[in-house]
Amino acid sequence: MKKKSFLDSVADSTFIQILISIILGFLVGAIFLMIMGLSVGAAYGRLINSVTSLKGFSYVVVYSVPYIVAGLSVAFSFKTGVFNIGAEGQFVVGSMAACVVSILCPNIPKPLLIPLCFLAAMAAGALWGIIVGFLKTKWGINEVLSMIMFNWIAFYLSNFIAGLPAIKSEGSAEATKNIAANASMLFSKDFIKRVGLCPTANWGILVAIAMMLIVWFIIEKTTLGYELKAVGSNKFAAEYGGINVNRSILTALAISGALGGLAGALQLMGMGSRISIFSSQEGFGFAGIVVALIGVSNPFGVFVSGLFYGALMYGGSKLNLVGAPTQLINVIVGTVVFFIAISVIFKNLNRRRARANRNAEAAIDKRASLQKEDKK
Amino acid sequence: MSKEYVDMSTPVIEMRNIVKKFGDFVANDGINLTVHKGEIHAILGENGAGKSTLMNQLYGLLKPTSGDILVNGKKIVMNNPRDAIDAGIGMVHQHFMLVQPFSVTENIVLGTEPVKGVKLDMATARKNVVEISERYGLSIDPDAKIEDISVGMQQRVEILKALYRGADILILDEPTSSLTPQEIVELIAIMHNLVKDGKSIIIITHKLKEIKESADFCTIIRMGKYIDTVDVDKVDENDLASMMVGRKVSFKVDKPEQTPGEVVLDVKDLHCKDYRGIEIVKGLNLQVRRGEIVGIAGIDGNGQTELVEVITGLRKGVSGHILVNGTDVFNKPPRFGFEHGVSSIPADRQKHGLVLDFSIEDNLILQNYEENPFSKRKVLQRDPIFKHATQSIDGYDIRPRQSEKRPAGTLSGGNQQKVIIAREVQNDKDLLIAVNPTRGLDVGAIEYVHKYIVDQRNKGKAVLLVSFELDEIMSLSDVIDVIFDGQIVCSIPGKDANENDLGLMMAGGGKKS
Amino acid sequence: MTNFWNSFGIILYATLIYATPLLYAALGSCFSEVSGVVNIGIEGMMTAGAFTGTVIAYFTGNPWIGFLCGGLAGAFFGMLHAIATVNLGADQTIAGTAINMLGPGIVIMIAKVLFNSTDTVPLTASQKIPKLFSGVFDTSTVFGRFMDNVFANYASTYLVFLAVIVVWFVFYKTRFGLRLRACGEHPQACETLGINVIAMRFTCVCLSGFLAGLGGACVTMTVSTQFRPISIVGQGFIAIAAVIFGKFRPHGALVGCLLFGFCSGLKVVLGGSSGINMHLISMIPYVVTVIVLILFVGKSRVPAANGKPYIKTK
Repeated sequence: MKKKSFLDSVADSTFIQILISIILGFLVGAIFLMIMGLSVGAAYGRLINSVTSLKGFSYVVVYSVPYIVAGLSVAFSFKTGVFNIGAEGQFVVGSMAACVVSILCPNIPKPLLIPLCFLAAMAAGALWGIIVGFLKTKWGINEVLSMIMFNWIAFYLSNFIAGLPAIKSEGSAEATKNIAANASMLFSKDFIKRVGLCPTANWGILVAIAMMLIVWFIIEKTTLGYELKAVGSNKFAAEYGGINVNRSILTALAISGALGGLAGALQLMGMGSRISIFSSQEGFGFAGIVVALIGVSNPFGVFVSGLFYGALMYGGSKLNLVGAPTQLINVIVGTVVFFIAISVIFKNLNRRRARANRNAEAAIDKRASLQKEDKK
Repeated sequence: MSKEYVDMSTPVIEMRNIVKKFGDFVANDGINLTVHKGEIHAILGENGAGKSTLMNQLYGLLKPTSGDILVNGKKIVMNNPRDAIDAGIGMVHQHFMLVQPFSVTENIVLGTEPVKGVKLDMATARKNVVEISERYGLSIDPDAKIEDISVGMQQRVEILKALYRGADILILDEPTSSLTPQEIVELIAIMHNLVKDGKSIIIITHKLKEIKESADFCTIIRMGKYIDTVDVDKVDENDLASMMVGRKVSFKVDKPEQTPGEVVLDVKDLHCKDYRGIEIVKGLNLQVRRGEIVGIAGIDGNGQTELVEVITGLRKGVSGHILVNGTDVFNKPPRFGFEHGVSSIPADRQKHGLVLDFSIEDNLILQNYEENPFSKRKVLQRDPIFKHATQSIDGYDIRPRQSEKRPAGTLSGGNQQKVIIAREVQNDKDLLIAVNPTRGLDVGAIEYVHKYIVDQRNKGKAVLLVSFELDEIMSLSDVIDVIFDGQIVCSIPGKDANENDLGLMMAGGGKKS
Repeated sequence: MTNFWNSFGIILYATLIYATPLLYAALGSCFSEVSGVVNIGIEGMMTAGAFTGTVIAYFTGNPWIGFLCGGLAGAFFGMLHAIATVNLGADQTIAGTAINMLGPGIVIMIAKVLFNSTDTVPLTASQKIPKLFSGVFDTSTVFGRFMDNVFANYASTYLVFLAVIVVWFVFYKTRFGLRLRACGEHPQACETLGINVIAMRFTCVCLSGFLAGLGGACVTMTVSTQFRPISIVGQGFIAIAAVIFGKFRPHGALVGCLLFGFCSGLKVVLGGSSGINMHLISMIPYVVTVIVLILFVGKSRVPAANGKPYIKTK
C-alpha cells in the first residue's frame, strides 16, 4: 500500500476540506481588514475574546439554537432530495404559531404550554412544507418557485397576525405582546446571575441536541429514512422498489417544515420573546441553508456548524467595537461556503481515480477468470 | 464483401502504436489501425476492450498518451472534435448526441449553422439538409422534433450530421444496437451507398454477423491490446469470436426439455398510452406458464416497454386485466404486484434498477427493507442486512468482494447487473420479467446472466423476456411472441423460429388482418 | 371614470416600476439557466449592482456610467460563480448561496469604508437615471394624466423592454442562441460538434451577472435614490421564480415579471384606498402567482442538463 500523500487525505476527508475552507475564509477576511487599514489581530482577537468567556459562550449557544435547528431542517431536505429554500417561511409561521398559542393561553402550566407551543410551531411549519409538496406532486409546480412565494406569504401573514388586536402589543411597539411567562424557556434570573450566563440563557440547546439525534436516527436507522433517501437519490428506482414517491416527498417536506417551524419557536421562546412587524425577511431560514452546507448535511456536522455560525454572528456583532464592520462576517462565511462549493474538485479527482481503479479491477478480474478457464 | 470500392493504395486513416492511459490504467496499449478509401472497417472487441477509447481519440475527444494519427497521409494532432471535423472525420455515437427538443434540421446544422448577417438562416439550413438527405437516400423529416421520431430516423439524423460537415470518414459506434433486422439491412445498404461515393467507414461492434455482412476488414482488440487485422472474407464467425474473447466460446445455451405448468401471468385485452398520451398497447393478450421462458420479440416502440411498465405497476393502463396467479394486479402500485409474485430485471439498471448512491447492501433490500429480518418495528437491522449482502456477493460472484458498503455506482456495469439479479432471484417470486438483461454487458457477463434466467425457468418459475437482441430471444425462449403495434401478432415455439420470419413479423408483415 | 383612469394609470406605473428590475434579473437568469447553470446567486449579484451603480453615479455624476458599472459589478460576481461552477464543477446551489452572502457582505463593507454608514448618500436628480417623456403629456386632462403615469417613465424601463426583444432574438434567431440552448440540453452533443461548452456557459453566467447587476442598479437609481442593505430583499429570488414561471423563456419571464409587477401595482392602489389590511394586500402578488401557476401554467420543463456540472474528460 502506498503512503497517502497530503492531497490524497484532502481528497478523502470532507472534514479537512471544510477546515481548509474555514481557514481560507478567515484569510480572505484578513485581506479585507488590511485593505481597510484595520488591525487583523485586533478584529480577530475581539472575535475570539467575545465568544470564549463563559458569558460570551452562553451567548453563542443561545444564538446557535435556531441556526442549528433550521440547519437540520435544510439538511434533512438535502438528504431527501429536495432543496428546502422555504425554511425561511416555515421559521416565520412556526414562530408566529408558538407566539399566538402562548398569548391566547397564557395560563396553561409551563410543562404543558411549552410542548404545546412546540407542537403548534411544528404543525405550522409542516403545513407550509406540505402545501409546497402538494403543489409539486399534484400539479408539478417547481418547489423552489413555490417556496419563494410561500416565504413571502408567511412573512406578510406574520405581519398581519402581529397587528391583530388580540396579539398586538398594547404599547406603541410595532410588535406582538410578549409571550406568556409560562412559555418562556429562559433559565431563572437567579441562576443566570449566579453562574454568570448571558441574560437570555435558556435550555433550547437541549432541544437542538434532541433534534440532532432524532434526525440522525430517522435518516440512518429507520425504514422511513431509507425510503426518503431512496426517493431523494433516485425516485425511479424507489418507485420500482415499491416506495410511494409522492407520499415520500410530502413526508420529507413535512418533517423538514416541522423542523423549520420548531426553529422559529425556539428563537421566540428562547431569546426573542415577541415578534416584531418586520420590514424585511430576517433570514434565519437562509442561514439554515448555509449551516446545512457547512455541516455537509450531516446532523452532527450541522450541530457543529450551527455553533460556528452562532459564534460568528454573536462575535461579529462585537466587531464594530474595534471599528471593523459587522459585514465582515458575511464575507468570511460567504468565502467559506464558496470554497466548500469548489472543494468538489478534490472529489472529482477522487472519482476519476476511482473510475480508473474500477476499470483496472474489472480488467484484473477478467484476466483472472480467463486464466481459470484456460487451466480447465 | 467484394471490396469493389476499396482503394488499397490510398490509406485515409493510420493510427500507429496508440497508447492511452488513465492514471495507472492502460486503456489502449499499442493499437494499430489502417483504413483505406472506400473501405468498411470493423473494430471488434468486448465491452471495455478499449474500442470507444480508441475512436474517441480519432475524433479528438481524447488525446493519446503516445502514438501518431495520420489522416490522408498527414500526421495531425487533434485537440477537440472541431479538429476532427475539419479533417473530414465524423462520428455517430452509440448513445445518440441529439438535442431532444430541437428539430431535425437544427440538430444537423448545430455548430455549423448558416447565417444571414447575425440571423440564423434556417431556410437555407433546411434546404441543405433536404438536399443532402436525398443525395444519400437517408429519408428524414427535417421539421420533426427529435423526441417525436423513431430510433432508426434518429440514427439517420446522426449520419446526416456527419455528412453535412463534409465527413469522408465515418465512425459508427455500435450502430445496430437498437435497430430491427430490417433497419439493419437498410443501414448496411446506406453504408454501401456511402463507400460507393468514396467515403470510408469504421464500424465499432461486437456483433459478428454484422461484420461478416458488411465489413471488408476487421481489427480485433482485446483488453486494450491490438490482436490482429483480418480480411473478413477469410475468417468465419467462430474465428472472430475466439480472437475477441481469447478462448473458445459457445453461443448455445443449454436448456433441458420440460413441460410447462399452469399459467402464472395472464394479460388480457390490455390497453395503455405512452408518455405523450397516444395509445401504444392496443388490446394485448399474453400468457406465461410455470417453467417456460416467453420471449417478446419486437422493434423498440411497439409497446413492449409500456407493457412491462404496466405489469410492474410503474405505469397506469387504460383498461384490461393482468392476472398473476389469479390476482389482478392491473393499475395497482408496484408493491402490490411484488407482493403477489412479480419480480423484474428492469431495462435501465441505472434508472430503475439501482439507487447508485446507496451501498450494495442497501440496494439488495430495495423491495424488502420493511420485512423481517431487515427491519424490526420500522428500524433497520444492520447485521442481517450486512450478512445478506455478504451471502449475495459470494453467491452471485459480485466483484469486488467485501464491497457490502460500497456505493453501487462504483461497480462495473456487469457487476451492477449481478446485484440486481441477486436481488430479484432471491426475492423468489413466481414471475420474473427481464428486459434487455444483457444490454451493454460483455460476453462473460452475458453467459452468466443467461445462466440465471434459464435456472429460474428450470426451477419452475415463469419468465417473461423482453429484448431487442433477436439472438438472445431465439436462444433463450421456449415460446416467442412477436409484438407489433401494441399487440402480440404471433406466438411460435422457440425451436421453430427463424430470424427472417421473425424479422418480417416484427416489421408488421405477419399482422393478422 | 376619472378615478378609474387615475388608479389604472398608477397601477400601470407601479407595474413598470416593480417589473423593470425583476425583468433585467430574469433575463440574466434565463441566460444562466438555459445554458445549464443554476444561478441562485442572482440576489447577491443584484445587490452588488445596486450598490456599485449608485456609488459610481454619485462620484462621476453620470447615471449611465453608474448604471453600466452596476452591471459590471454583477458580472464580476457572475464570473466568480462561473469559475466555481463551470470551470471547477462546483455544486451550483452551494456556489450561488456563497455569492448571495459575498455580494452584500463585500459591498456593505465598502459602503462602511466610503460613507461610514451602510447606506450610500442619496443621489441628486441629475445623478439618477432620467425619466423619458416627462412633461410631454398634458396632465390637466384625465387622459393626459394617464399617459403621463404610464409613459413618463425611467429610461431604464424603456431599455429593458428593448432588452427583452434583443434577448428573445438572440435566443431564438441567432447562432449563439441555438448553441446556448443546446448547451443546456445536451452538452456532450455540443462538444462533439466542436462547440466549446465551457466557454459558452462561462459567457452566459457572466452575462447573467451583468443583467442582474443592471437590475439591481435600477432599484437604487430610479425610485429610490440611495443604496441601503435592504434595497434588494428577495427581488433576485422573485426573478428566478418568474423565469421558472415563464418556462425558461425570455418572453415567458416577461409575462411572469409583468404579472408580478401588476399585482404589486394593485397592492399600491388598494393599500391606499380600500380598508383591507395592508399586510394581506401585500400577499396578493405571491398568492396570485401560485394561483396562475396552478390554473394556467403548470409544469415547467427544466432544461435537461440544468444543474449538472459538465466535466470534460481529458
